[in-house]
Amino acid sequence: MVEVQEKTDAFVSEFRRCEKNATQAGHDWLFAIRGKAFARFAELGFPTTRDEEWQNTNVASLAKTAFEPAGRPPNRVTAEQVKPFTFGAADVGRLVFVDGRHAPELSSLDGLPNEITVASLASVIRSGHATVEQHLSKHAGFEDQAFTALNTALMEDGAFVHVPKGIVVEQLIHIIHISTAAKTPSVTHPRNLIVADASSQVVIAETYAGLDDGVYLTNTVTEIVAHDNAVVDHCKVVREGERSYHMSTLQIHQYRDTTTTSHAFMMGGSLTRNDVNAVLDGEGGTCTLNGLSMLDGTQHVDNHLRVDHAKPHCDSREFFKNVLDGASRGVFSGRIVVHKDAQKTDAKQSNMSLLLSDKSQADSKPQLEIFADDVKCTHGATIGQIDKDAVFYLRSRGLDEQAAHGMLVYAFARESIAHARPESLRAHLEDLAFSRLPETRLPREDIS
Amino acid sequence: MSRANSTIDEWAEREYKYGFVTDIETDSVPPGLSEDVIRVISAKKQEPEFMLEWRLKAYRHWQTMKEPTWANVKYPPINYDEIIYYSAPKQNKDGPKSLDEVDPKLLETYEKLGIPLAERAALAGVAVDAVFDSVSVATTFKGKLSELGIIFCPFSEAVREHPDLIRKYLGSVVPYSDNFFATLNSAVFTDGSFVYIPKGVRCPMELSTYFRINAASTGQFERTLIIADEGAYVSYLEGCTAPMRDENQLHAAVVELVALGDATIKYSTVQNWYPGDENGVGGIYNFVTKRGKCQGDNSRISWTQVETGSAITWKYPSCILMGDNSVGEFYSIAMVNNCQQADTGTKMIHIGKNTRSTIISKGISAGRAQNTYRGAVKINSGADNARNFTQCDSLLLGDKCGAHTFPYIEVKNNTAKMEHEATTSKIGEDQLFYCNQRGLNLEDAVSMIVNGFCKEVFRELPMEFAVEAQRLLDVSLEGSVG
Amino acid sequence: MLEIRNLHAHVEGNEILKGINLTVNAGEVHTIMGPNGSGKSTLAQVLAGRDTYEVTEGEVTYCGEDLIELSCDARARKGIFLAFQYPVEIPGVSTNYFLRAALNSIRKEQGLDDLDAVDFLQLVKQKAKLVEMDGSLLKRSINEGFSGGEKKRNEIFQMAVLDPKLAILDETDSGLDIDALRIVSNGINKIRGADRAIILVTHYQRLLNYVVPDFVHVLVGGRIVKSGGKELALELEESGYAAIEKAAEQAATVAS
Repeated sequence: MVEVQEKTDAFVSEFRRCEKNATQAGHDWLFAIRGKAFARFAELGFPTTRDEEWQNTNVASLAKTAFEPAGRPPNRVTAEQVKPFTFGAADVGRLVFVDGRHAPELSSLDGLPNEITVASLASVIRSGHATVEQHLSKHAGFEDQAFTALNTALMEDGAFVHVPKGIVVEQLIHIIHISTAAKTPSVTHPRNLIVADASSQVVIAETYAGLDDGVYLTNTVTEIVAHDNAVVDHCKVVREGERSYHMSTLQIHQYRDTTTTSHAFMMGGSLTRNDVNAVLDGEGGTCTLNGLSMLDGTQHVDNHLRVDHAKPHCDSREFFKNVLDGASRGVFSGRIVVHKDAQKTDAKQSNMSLLLSDKSQADSKPQLEIFADDVKCTHGATIGQIDKDAVFYLRSRGLDEQAAHGMLVYAFARESIAHARPESLRAHLEDLAFSRLPETRLPREDIS
Repeated sequence: MSRANSTIDEWAEREYKYGFVTDIETDSVPPGLSEDVIRVISAKKQEPEFMLEWRLKAYRHWQTMKEPTWANVKYPPINYDEIIYYSAPKQNKDGPKSLDEVDPKLLETYEKLGIPLAERAALAGVAVDAVFDSVSVATTFKGKLSELGIIFCPFSEAVREHPDLIRKYLGSVVPYSDNFFATLNSAVFTDGSFVYIPKGVRCPMELSTYFRINAASTGQFERTLIIADEGAYVSYLEGCTAPMRDENQLHAAVVELVALGDATIKYSTVQNWYPGDENGVGGIYNFVTKRGKCQGDNSRISWTQVETGSAITWKYPSCILMGDNSVGEFYSIAMVNNCQQADTGTKMIHIGKNTRSTIISKGISAGRAQNTYRGAVKINSGADNARNFTQCDSLLLGDKCGAHTFPYIEVKNNTAKMEHEATTSKIGEDQLFYCNQRGLNLEDAVSMIVNGFCKEVFRELPMEFAVEAQRLLDVSLEGSVG
Repeated sequence: MLEIRNLHAHVEGNEILKGINLTVNAGEVHTIMGPNGSGKSTLAQVLAGRDTYEVTEGEVTYCGEDLIELSCDARARKGIFLAFQYPVEIPGVSTNYFLRAALNSIRKEQGLDDLDAVDFLQLVKQKAKLVEMDGSLLKRSINEGFSGGEKKRNEIFQMAVLDPKLAILDETDSGLDIDALRIVSNGINKIRGADRAIILVTHYQRLLNYVVPDFVHVLVGGRIVKSGGKELALELEESGYAAIEKAAEQAATVAS
C-alpha cells in the first residue's frame, strides 16, 4: 500500500471529464476501457521502491505532486520554437502536439504517400475507425502498470499511423510532443497507435521536448502493431525539461516474419522511466531494442525492457548504453521470457555503462526466464570508465585532456547512433549527442 | 571398486596377524587415519621434523572440519576410514610383461590419440626397463636442467634435499587450513612434483615429457609446488591424453604456484579419466585445490586445462593477484558425457593495483551430463584499476544434458572494469543438417563445430598438447552425436 | 532434372506430404506457394534429405538417380542446394573456412582438385559482389551477429559459390525489408541459367515481382492442388488462400 500522500484529485476530476466525452460521442468501447483503466489505477496507486519492478526508481516525489492537466488554457507555440526539435529536411511527415493536443498549424504531411493514414488519434476516434477500435489498448496492458492505466483512462490525443498492406513508406514520419511548462505542475497523457499491415514498411520517430524548465509530467504510451512480414523502424528522443518527469511505455506486438527496431535516446528529463515491451507472436520475427542515455547532474533514467518470445524462430537484440556524469544514475533491467514452445529462440542482450564521475551509478539487471529447451540466450554487462590508455594516446597526439575525454565519450555514444534508421536521422542524433558531451573545445567538424 | 575392497580386506587381515604400530618394514598401512598413520608415512619418507609437525597440525585441524556439500554434484559418501593412506610405490611386478598382454581396447585408444609407441608401454604399466631406456631419457633432461640451476624432482625428494625452499613456500598459497580436502591432503600427501626456477632463468623445455612417463605412479594425495623466482619462466604440463585408470576413488590433490616479481608460470592440464565400464561405474572423485599466487609485481600465472572423462570433478584453479600489474588467466575446456557431472570454475582475487584477469571457460555437455561452471571474481578495496574479462560458454550436444553458470562478482573498488559474457548454445540437429547440406559429412561437421567452439582455449595450450587435446575431444565425441 | 512421384512424408508420426507430384526441368523456375502448415518447408527439407523426415511412399528421381537413397551430404555433393528458411549460426567457424571445406568436398565428388586458398578467395570476392556483400563479413563466424536479411543474403551467396544444379530456396523472402529483397532477388536472377533449376518456396507474392517464375504451384494440406503460370500468384494475392483451401478440403472429403 502507498504511504505517500498521493495527489490524485486532479486525476479523478479529469477522468470524469473524459468519461463524459466518451459517452457523449457514443464511443462505448472507449468508455468501457477508460473505466477499467481508472479503476485499476485507483487500486494500484503509484508504484514504490518496494515493488520489484520499481526497486531502483523512486517516484515518491511525482506521487506527491499535484499535477493539473496541461494546456488549459492552451499555450500557443510557434514554428520557430518547434524547429530545434525537428530533424530538418529528414522529417517528411511531421505531426506536432502541444501540451497533449494536436497542432495542425505546426504539422505537415505533404510528401507522404496517399495510401497511408497519419492523423490525430482524437480525430480518428471521433470519426470512427475500425483499426483503432481493433488495436487501441489491446496490447499495452495495465493490470500491473499504474502509469499505463492512468494514461489509458485520461488519454486525450496523440498520433495514429496506419500503413495498409504492401505499402512501403521510406520517408520519416516524425511525431513531436511539446510541453509548455506552466507555473504550476502539469501533466499530459499522449497516446500513440501505429499499425503496419502485412508486408508494409514504415519509419517513425517520436520526440518529447519541453520548452521551459517548469515541473511537468509526460505520461505516454505508444502501441506498435506489426502484421505479417511488415518492417517497422522506430526511434524515440527524450529532450524533456530539466525538472520534468517522463514515464513512458512502448508496447510492440509482432506477428509472423516481422522486423521491428526501436531506438531510445534519453537526453533530457529529470526522472525518466522507459518501459519497452515486445511480444514476438509469430515465427520468424526479429526485434531490436537499442538505447543511449547521456546523463548529468541528478538525472535518473530507468530502462525497463521485457521481450516475450511466444513463438519459435524469433530473434531479439537489446543494446543499451549509458554515459553517466555528475551524480546521475542509469538503471537497466532486461527481462527475456522464452515461452515453452518458442524453440530456436535467439536472444542477445548487452548493457554498457560508462561512468564519468565518482558519484554516478549504474545498475544492470538481466533476467532470463527460459521455458523452452532449444534456445540461445546471451547477456553481457559492462560497467567501466574511460580507458586511460586511450586518453593518453589522444593526448600524446596533441589533444588536451578534456578534448580527449570528450572524443572517447562521443565514440562510445556514436556506436549506438550508428544503428539508427533512417540514415538521415543519424546526423541529427550525433549533433544531439555532441551537445551533451562535457564541456569541450572540440570543433564539430573534426568528428566525422 | 572391487579391487580396492579386496585390498582392504587383505590388509584388514594382516593387521590382525601382525599388528602395525612398530612395524615400519611393511609396504603399507591399514586403512583409516590417525596420528600414528601420519607418523608412519612421515617416517617412511624420511622427512625432517618440521614436515611431520606440519602434517600433524593439519590432521588435528582436519578433525575439527566438516565435509562440504554442493548442490550440483552428487556422490555417495566417502568413508575416510576405509581409505589406505600410504602404499609403497608400484613395482610393476604384477603388471603386464609386454604390450601383448595389454587390453587391446586401451591400445586402440593410444593409437587414435597418436601416442608415441615408446610411451604406450609406460602408460599401460609395462615394466619400463623391459621396453625402452627410460633411464637415459630421464638423465638427459635432468642434466640440462641442473646446468641452469632448475630443480625438478619428486616432492618427497625436495622435502629431503631442499627443506629451506619447502619451509619457505609450502602452504604459502594454500594454507593447511584452507578447505576440507586441502587440509586432508596436507596431513597425508604422498608425492607430487617440485619445481624451482632460479632468478632470470627461462626453463628451456616444457616440463611435461619427463613427467608423463611417470604419470602412472601418480598418487591419491598429490602435492605439487612450483616456484618461479624473479624474472623466471616455466611452462608445466600435467596429465596426458591417454586414459588414466586408477582404482583409488578419491583424489585430493593440492597444487601451489608462486610467481615472484616479473616471473611467469604456465600450468597446463590435459586430463582424461578412464571411464571404467560403459555405464560409468567406478568413477573417480577428483577434488583438487589449485592456486597460484602472483606474489611479485608484474608476475603472471595462467591455468589452461582440457578435461574429459568419467569423474566427479571439483576443482577451482585460482589466482591471487597480489603484485601490482600482475596477471591471472584461466582457459578451460571441460567435457562431460554420459552420466558424468562436473562442477568447475575459477577464482580470481585482485589485491594489488592495475591487476588483470581473464577467464575463458568452455563447457561441453553430451548425453545426460551436467556441467556447472562457477567463476568468482573478487576485487578488493585496495585493488585500483583492476580489469577482468570473463567469457563462459556452454555447448550442449543433444537434448538431455545441461549446463549451469554461476558467476560471482564482488567489486569493492569503483575503478574496476568488469566485462562478463555468457552464452549457451546447442549443436543441434539443425546445425549438423546445415553442414550436411553443404556437403560435409557428420564427423567432419561435429569436429569442425566443436573445434571452432574451443579455438580460444586451444590457442593457449603448448602446441604438442593442443594437437593431442583436439584429438582427445574428437575421440571423446565419438558416439555422442548422430 | 527432378521428378517427384506420389511423395509421402512423415515427421514425428504425422503425415505432412500426402502425395506430391512435380517435374522440374533444367532452366526452369518453379514456385511453391501455400498457407502456413501446408508442407512447403517440409517438401524443401525432404528434397534436401533431412533425416527427421521419413519418406513413406513415392519416388524422387534426380538426374536419373534415386534421390531418397542418398544421404543429405551425398545429395549436396551431387549439386543440390537448400537455402534455409532459418539459417543457422555456427560460432567459431568462419564462413570462409566452412565454404571452402564444403566446396572442396563437392569438387572431390566431381573428380576435381581442391581449390587452393588464393583461388578460393578470388571466387569468393567475385560472388560477394553479386549479392553486394562486404567480403570482411566472411571472416566472421557463420551468420553470427547477422540480421535476418543478412542471413538470407548469405544463403544466396553460398549458393553462388557452391554453384548447384538444383537450388531450393525455402522462404528466402520472408521478413526482408524492401532493400534486402531487391538484393536477394538480384542475386537469384543472376544465378538463373539454362542448366540450372530453381524451386522457390514462398508465402508472400512480393518476391515474384522481382523473380518471375515459369511455373506456380499451390500446396495445400500436403498436396499440390493447383498449378499454373505467374498469373496464378497474382490471383492468390488478390483472393488469398481461403478459396483454394476450401476447394482442396472438399476434394479431399470427396476422395476419402
